[in-house]
Amino acid sequence: MAGNSIAVRPFVEQFAALKAGLPGTGVPWLGDLREAAIERFGDLGVPTPRLEAWKYTRLRPLEKTAYRAVGEADAAADAGRLPSVLGAAAGHRLVFVNGRLRPDLSTPGALPDGARIESLRDALASDPGALEAQLGRIGVLDGQPMLALNTAMMDDGYVLRVGPGVALPAPVEIVFLGGTADEPVACHTRNLILLDEGSRATVVEHHLGAGKGAYFANGATEISVAGAAHLTHHKVQAEGSGALHLATVHAEVGADATYEGFCFATGARLSRYEVGVRLVGSGANCSLTGAYMMRGDQHCDNTTVVEHTVPDTSCREVFKGVLDGKARGVFQGRIVVREDAQRTDGNQTCKTLLLSDRAEIDAKPELEIYADDVKCSHGATVGAIDEDALFYLRSRGIPEAAARGLLVRSFLAETLHDVKPEPLAEALEEMIAAWLSQAANGEQHE
Amino acid sequence: MTRKPQKTKPTKVKMSKKALLEIKALHVTVDGKEILKGMDLVLNRGEVHAIMGPNGSGKSTLAYAMAGRGGYEVTKGRILYGGRNLLRMEPEERAAEGLFLAFQYPVEIPGVANTTFLKEAFNAIRKHRGEGELDAMQFLKLVRQKTKELGISDDMLRRPVNVGFSGGEKKRNEVLQMAVLNPDLAVLDETDSGLDIDALKVVAEGVNALRSPERAMLVITHYQRLLDYIVPDRVHVLAGGRIARSGGKELARELEEKGYAEFAEAAA
Repeated sequence: MAGNSIAVRPFVEQFAALKAGLPGTGVPWLGDLREAAIERFGDLGVPTPRLEAWKYTRLRPLEKTAYRAVGEADAAADAGRLPSVLGAAAGHRLVFVNGRLRPDLSTPGALPDGARIESLRDALASDPGALEAQLGRIGVLDGQPMLALNTAMMDDGYVLRVGPGVALPAPVEIVFLGGTADEPVACHTRNLILLDEGSRATVVEHHLGAGKGAYFANGATEISVAGAAHLTHHKVQAEGSGALHLATVHAEVGADATYEGFCFATGARLSRYEVGVRLVGSGANCSLTGAYMMRGDQHCDNTTVVEHTVPDTSCREVFKGVLDGKARGVFQGRIVVREDAQRTDGNQTCKTLLLSDRAEIDAKPELEIYADDVKCSHGATVGAIDEDALFYLRSRGIPEAAARGLLVRSFLAETLHDVKPEPLAEALEEMIAAWLSQAANGEQHE
Repeated sequence: MTRKPQKTKPTKVKMSKKALLEIKALHVTVDGKEILKGMDLVLNRGEVHAIMGPNGSGKSTLAYAMAGRGGYEVTKGRILYGGRNLLRMEPEERAAEGLFLAFQYPVEIPGVANTTFLKEAFNAIRKHRGEGELDAMQFLKLVRQKTKELGISDDMLRRPVNVGFSGGEKKRNEVLQMAVLNPDLAVLDETDSGLDIDALKVVAEGVNALRSPERAMLVITHYQRLLDYIVPDRVHVLAGGRIARSGGKELARELEEKGYAEFAEAAA
């Protein structure tokens, strides 16, 4: 075992103490799933840099901090005024506080017939059998200790099911608020998005944190996009400055279906967005886009694995990071093309803008190709602000800080121009402006 | 007999008569190499002067030193702009005080719409001058008026700054910026380079439309042909880092016939 077995113990003990109270108790398949997962977690251990997949990201907070499991009181915490990245454009809004659904803060909307969204707790209470075929089946636990921990401890989350041919008329907004507790807590939220044949949906997740204290958000999302369906899955990660944010997303994409994943991140002390997409139907397509802005001693890891298993599938990945201070970025992009996956079209780009000479990026593309008729490319660039462009802007009267800001926006633009709906694009613009004005004021997150 | 106290007439200084730009014994070093070696120049409001000279004579160095580009170190001499020390100002301050440099190679800025860039610059300058900023609608109205006057399509406003622009479009975009920012002193650095004769005419028309008694222009060029369209009041030959000769507009034609050979010798 290359993992850290000492950091495992508190979670294994928590599981033993809490399992009788976890949602879905008494459902045999779920109980078995949880038991198998905690065993797997114990075997794998908490990841350490000795594992190739975690070479650049060390989960130091799990070695140093004792996180207790969330309880009823944490879930009932005062959430204050919560921002919305969609405003009136949201068709349906669910709010989770410390990992649990808060119906009092949520604003359900009218969903078309055949579409259903609810919390994991509610779904397991009403008809657990309906989730058996997917929950814990799309996500693969091999080499995934943190997903295994989530599977064992999953406490709440959202379940979105969209029936055949149904299109959601408006995006669904999910807000996750953490960091309200006085002491470090761990939430293991588990989400499920199931799109039937020919359906369409847009989901916007907004993760944010109150205060500066430590907390651990260990989320996981399983996604199935059936034939000719289309899922747009946006995520805004603005966790509190003491947060450890891990998000594992596993998606399966069917024939002529599309999965569009987008993540914009400015938050958390340490974050990892790990996406695994399996393109399992001919004509399946995915795009993964990431933009992140980090400073101080923040650490942001984007890890993707895209597996092309059948002929004629395509994927486009663009990740762009802006790093200031001593911030560190990690990009690991693996593309696997199976023997049968002829005519795969895979394209991967990772670009990083370093605003400080103490910032660092580790970029690791990996191509694993077993078919012979494929088109795969990858590229990584690292650079500083272009001095010629900076002088050009300043020579037009634009003060240096504003000119730098324009060039940062220019750098990120490629990742943002497809972001819809409009209110989300505007909210991201505001978050970028806020980040830049902090930079101009010389504020640091340290 | 009593003497009436004599009134002393206050001497009136007319701004328009005073030199807008005074360059005195300017020495500029780039990468440790001295390029300008004691250059002098005086430019008044309402005047258009041309700086001509062989390649490597320091023409672009002069333009960049005036605009404040990093790496262009003034080791001796000074530049007074409206009586103030230009060299003490940051590049953005020079622009806000009315200096504009039309670049020989305008820079591409992907992802930033031309209007966004123009509005940012326009409002930064207004702010510096203590004037109110224009909102998006007001600004668009102003910029549309300028594009109309210059015969530039609005499409150029929506596109990212200089990205995918032809050589001619880039130079026209420089002229548009000049029209919007309304400078007191415009320095045109080899605006004719890379342009065919039709594009050159269009750009020259744009520049001529901006000539005014309140504005001075410094037109830097290697070739005389631009000066057929932008007719200067004075022509200076820059050679070996100094003004080697000055004259009227006919000097440009003489240079066209004789070339810079005599100055190359002088510089050597």
